[in-house]
Amino acid sequence: MSRLKILALLPLAVALSGCNYVVLAPAGDIAAQQRDLVIISTVLMLLIVIPVMALTVLFAWRYRQSNTSARYEPEWDHSTKLELVIWSAPLLIIVCLGALTWMGTHLLDPYRTLGRIKAEQAVDQSKAPLEVDVVALDWKWLFIYPDYGIATVNDLAAPVDRPINFRITASSVMNSFYIPALAGQIYAMPGMETKLHAVVNHAGTYKGFSANYSGAGFSGMRFNFQGLDDKGFDAWVAQAKSAGGSLGRAEYLQLEKPSENEPVRRYGTVDSDLYRLILNMCVETGKMCQSEMMAIDAKGGRGHEGLNNTLPLTYDKHARRGTPLGPEPTFVAGTCTPEAPQGQTTASIKAPTDIAPLLGAGLKRPTFAPLKSSSFFLGQRPKSDS
Amino acid sequence: MSPDLLKLIFGRLGLESLPLHEPIVVGTFVVVALGGAALLGGLTYFRLWGYLWREWFTTVDHKRIGIMYMILGIVMLLRGFADALMMRGQQMLAFGGSEGYLNAHHYDQVFTAHGVIMIFFVAMPLVTGLMNYVVPLQIGARDVSFPFLNNFSFWMTVGGAVLVMASLFIGEFARTGWLAYPPLSNIGYSPDVGVDYYIWALQVAGVGTTLSGINLICTIVKLRCPGMTMMKMPVFTWTSLCTNILIVASFPVLTVVLALLSLDRYVGTNFFTNDFGGSPMMYVNLIWIWGHPEVYILVLPAFGIFSEVTSTFSGKRLFGYTSMVYATVVITILSYLVWLHHFFTMGSGASVNSFFGITTMIISIPTGAKMFNWLFTMYRGRIRYELPMMWTIAFMLTFVVGGMTGVLLAVPPADFVLHNSLFLIAHFHNVIIGGVVFGAFAGINYWFPKAFGFKLDVFWGKLSFWFWVVGFYLAFMPLYVLGLMGVTRRLRVFDDPSLQIWFVIAAIGAFLVFLGILSMLMQFAVSLLKREQLKDVTGDPWDARTLEWATSSPPPDYNFAFTPVVHDNDAWWDMKKRGYQRPLTGFKPIHMPSSTGTGVILAGLATAMGFGLIWYIWWLAAASFLAMLVVGIGHTFNYHRDFDIPAEDVIRTEDARTKLLAGAK
Amino acid sequence: MTVAVNPTQTGEPLFYLADEHPHPEGYSTSLGFWIYLMSDCLIFAMLFAAFGVLGANYAAGPAPKDLFDLDLVAVNTSMLLLSSITYGFAMLAMQQNKIGQTQIWLAITGLFGAAFIGIELTEFAHMIHEGATPQRSAFLSAFFTLVGTHGLHVSCGLIWLVTLMVQVGKFGLIEANRRRLMCLSMFWHFLDVVWIGVFTFVYLLGVLR
Repeated sequence: MSRLKILALLPLAVALSGCNYVVLAPAGDIAAQQRDLVIISTVLMLLIVIPVMALTVLFAWRYRQSNTSARYEPEWDHSTKLELVIWSAPLLIIVCLGALTWMGTHLLDPYRTLGRIKAEQAVDQSKAPLEVDVVALDWKWLFIYPDYGIATVNDLAAPVDRPINFRITASSVMNSFYIPALAGQIYAMPGMETKLHAVVNHAGTYKGFSANYSGAGFSGMRFNFQGLDDKGFDAWVAQAKSAGGSLGRAEYLQLEKPSENEPVRRYGTVDSDLYRLILNMCVETGKMCQSEMMAIDAKGGRGHEGLNNTLPLTYDKHARRGTPLGPEPTFVAGTCTPEAPQGQTTASIKAPTDIAPLLGAGLKRPTFAPLKSSSFFLGQRPKSDS
Repeated sequence: MSPDLLKLIFGRLGLESLPLHEPIVVGTFVVVALGGAALLGGLTYFRLWGYLWREWFTTVDHKRIGIMYMILGIVMLLRGFADALMMRGQQMLAFGGSEGYLNAHHYDQVFTAHGVIMIFFVAMPLVTGLMNYVVPLQIGARDVSFPFLNNFSFWMTVGGAVLVMASLFIGEFARTGWLAYPPLSNIGYSPDVGVDYYIWALQVAGVGTTLSGINLICTIVKLRCPGMTMMKMPVFTWTSLCTNILIVASFPVLTVVLALLSLDRYVGTNFFTNDFGGSPMMYVNLIWIWGHPEVYILVLPAFGIFSEVTSTFSGKRLFGYTSMVYATVVITILSYLVWLHHFFTMGSGASVNSFFGITTMIISIPTGAKMFNWLFTMYRGRIRYELPMMWTIAFMLTFVVGGMTGVLLAVPPADFVLHNSLFLIAHFHNVIIGGVVFGAFAGINYWFPKAFGFKLDVFWGKLSFWFWVVGFYLAFMPLYVLGLMGVTRRLRVFDDPSLQIWFVIAAIGAFLVFLGILSMLMQFAVSLLKREQLKDVTGDPWDARTLEWATSSPPPDYNFAFTPVVHDNDAWWDMKKRGYQRPLTGFKPIHMPSSTGTGVILAGLATAMGFGLIWYIWWLAAASFLAMLVVGIGHTFNYHRDFDIPAEDVIRTEDARTKLLAGAK
Repeated sequence: MTVAVNPTQTGEPLFYLADEHPHPEGYSTSLGFWIYLMSDCLIFAMLFAAFGVLGANYAAGPAPKDLFDLDLVAVNTSMLLLSSITYGFAMLAMQQNKIGQTQIWLAITGLFGAAFIGIELTEFAHMIHEGATPQRSAFLSAFFTLVGTHGLHVSCGLIWLVTLMVQVGKFGLIEANRRRLMCLSMFWHFLDVVWIGVFTFVYLLGVLR
């Protein structure tokens, strides 16, 4: 492993001389492990790609028409030995790469909690991770810190070496939450929650953005992610607290409206239930929450009573119109919901606290958990039902 | 007139739908209008309309339809490439507070149109055109199984292209990216006509593609000449068969997913909405169940072309024919098991992601085997570096890089950092340009003498080749670099000035490719002027191996005066080797399908219906639909769709060729 | 394609057929039509998949058990199954070259098909009138689209059937018309098979859910 690491650093040394190859030189442990996989797989594949390219050039040169000294065998078209080689060589590479993929995908599953802070340091179980709720809006990012009761727009910070648990959703269309220096991306989708677990190892300011095109203001969906020491982070929180301003349902509905190139905003207090309401698409009063709807559906719908529980939609995020041939748009009216306490929405995959790296010594084999057919087809975990 | 009446007549189409406020579009319109007027005027002046209608538009001859597909592909390449230049220009300029020269409304249309046009209206017509032209000749058939359907399929493809082009000047195109993911593409977030243009252009063209797929499968299965067993088919025919199976087994999925999206948009159903239990993720899954096989639909025929070219120009039998065929079949099957790798980042579990990652990698095994087969075809050969072979070598060197980055992206954790980045853009251009486009150009240079009786000019061909290859590397290697710097796709403005230099290099590369395209057009023009010097009377200018080279160039309407009998994979090579004598007597009348205008009319009506639906002009949509029914049913009352070419005509044609061949000796 | 390709009597290899037997008209039609049916089958497969994914998303609205009237669906199913049987009789009559009988059985098939469409439209109208519109929930969107697409196919089949009756009346049971009747027969039975899927997965399993 260590030898591979050194190998990995070679191209880096060259590359880093000029530009900022953030994917190859990230500041977070997850992104660093992903980088390692990028490099190891590339090296593995070069084992076969380089000979192929060399042979192409060699044969192209050697067997050119004007070189009459080269052998010419127009009828030679089969060799079982050669066939075995040309099928088994790629096969061997793919067997190695496949094993690496299976391990790497499970170890670096964004839903899995962190087992280590960095290569030599396991997670300190006594310290709670930082919880951050992320909402992709048109076209800006809202970050809610439930433990601190603050929220920011287009500004994200985290203490160095403290694991961060992101819960991610969106208000209207699909985006992708990506801070290259920290960890790989994951989609932010309306009415659904994705998760990301990451940690930043080096203090500094890094770029974050949406990596999935989401409409006119997409280019401006940028924010800074700051890795701060504990003191700096406390100061950052205090700054947000002192900014005053509160983010409740009404303010959110204003904030949610499309706008481009938004400056940083901070809210000293935030409605503790806001994230759950956003995720369940029921910030507007009177609208039925997705969680409630799914609970009703799981019990077999609401029968004929459910035919009359829609109301005309007067508000929507864009200039929403009805369809040309369909009726006016509506929404499902909510019944009185007992306010569910905010909590974990989907189960996390717990990683063992272990600093063992990619090759997985001492790690249990990933389980072959039976797949639920629907989630398998959608390529997604079940929606939240908080 | 009252607004209600206007709305009834014109739907939502109004004067404000014309993009008069966009100077770039207006300028383009003027150029296109002048060019179009000159073309139409020229056709009228030289009284070519009747000729075009009789000999080309209504033809059911697979060769002419193939040529028309190629012309469509090349014309649309110009449009699609203009979009590419605009994007490269915008991304080169929009730094340090500059907004560039395109606003979001325009830029977002440009990258969507670029993707849609390049895949559906450039790559597909080029590939379909080559298959249409070559396959019946390679299997010794007189035409395809359903010649009328072939004509109809072509015109439906044109209908789709017409709708996309119309969106440039009437209204706007989609601003969603080329796969139009909902919720963004749903009525709430894209209420304008753009997505409707997208839907109906693809639906109209998709019908044509599906039908032409059915047609070619039947042709290959049913119309092979005696002696040509499945394992004696030329490799290009094999890859065409697999491609058309993929078409038939994947385009209906596209039809359904677009139909569901249009139901969402037109009547307010909830398939892909956020509310009411809809699932946008289902769209993403469904469209990629079509979209991934589509990649192989494009690249498999290119693989076939490279196989033919390598073997011909190495003067050698193809190495490992059997493993080549099995590799093709394995790729065909596996291409249905990998779609999820396009969205590892959508939150699937690690086991699902690994499964799809590993199946994706497995595809590289048969592909790798193919690469080795070409290599060992060259081994101990006598390689002649004519243009098709040059494109093939460029392909082999380029495609392995694209394949390698593709396998890299199939590793889910690597994809998490590279997904949607410019690295991805570089990867798929690397395989599509390096594979499909180079393949199409190899095919054009290889089969052009067959289609027209003279070779393409070598000087301009080489110029085009070098511009393309150098331009490609300059344009896309910087994108790999930018991807590793974490730069994502579809961005319109940038804030980090250190990135600019890479975009400048990429723009220079794109400009070189532009010169490559111009050189290619020059190559056609120059070859046309020098056609007497470049003439080939033998019908076999490359000393080639497969059956299409056994007949004259261009082949007569009936392809072969007598149905050939095949004894070997390299049928023509075998015939030459064993002293085949071209028959000079005993000609008989030949049964052929007759031309019909029904295909043009039906496709025109389908296009009009699409236009009506896009603009909510309901009367137009309904009237076109009814007219289609009437014309379609009316066509079935015509029971006399073929005729016999009299024996005298066959004798005359064949005697003329005999004289030519004698003169050449 | 197993034409003998043995060397001719002189020992020279045979490279072309001096006596060509052109492929009979419509030589590829049944294969082509089968492939078309498979592509159509894929369309239904996708709609079934959409229904499978969305079929339980009632959006706090009505579920299948609240909406479906199995008696009516049973009657409807029997209409379509009977129409398949009568189409079979039409084909038997065609094989015996009895134009009149063929026409009568085709007409009966058409009537059963029309009854099927009529009952389906009644069911749809009833549901929409109640408020269970395709817009009410993803389940209903998927239901109306799947069942509606099948209905649309049957309607196309009816138009085709009438066209063929006219053509048989006008030109008789010529080879081309026999081929067309054969294709429509495949189409009609194919729709039957799809309907059995709809009946089972949408209606029966829906009510059980």
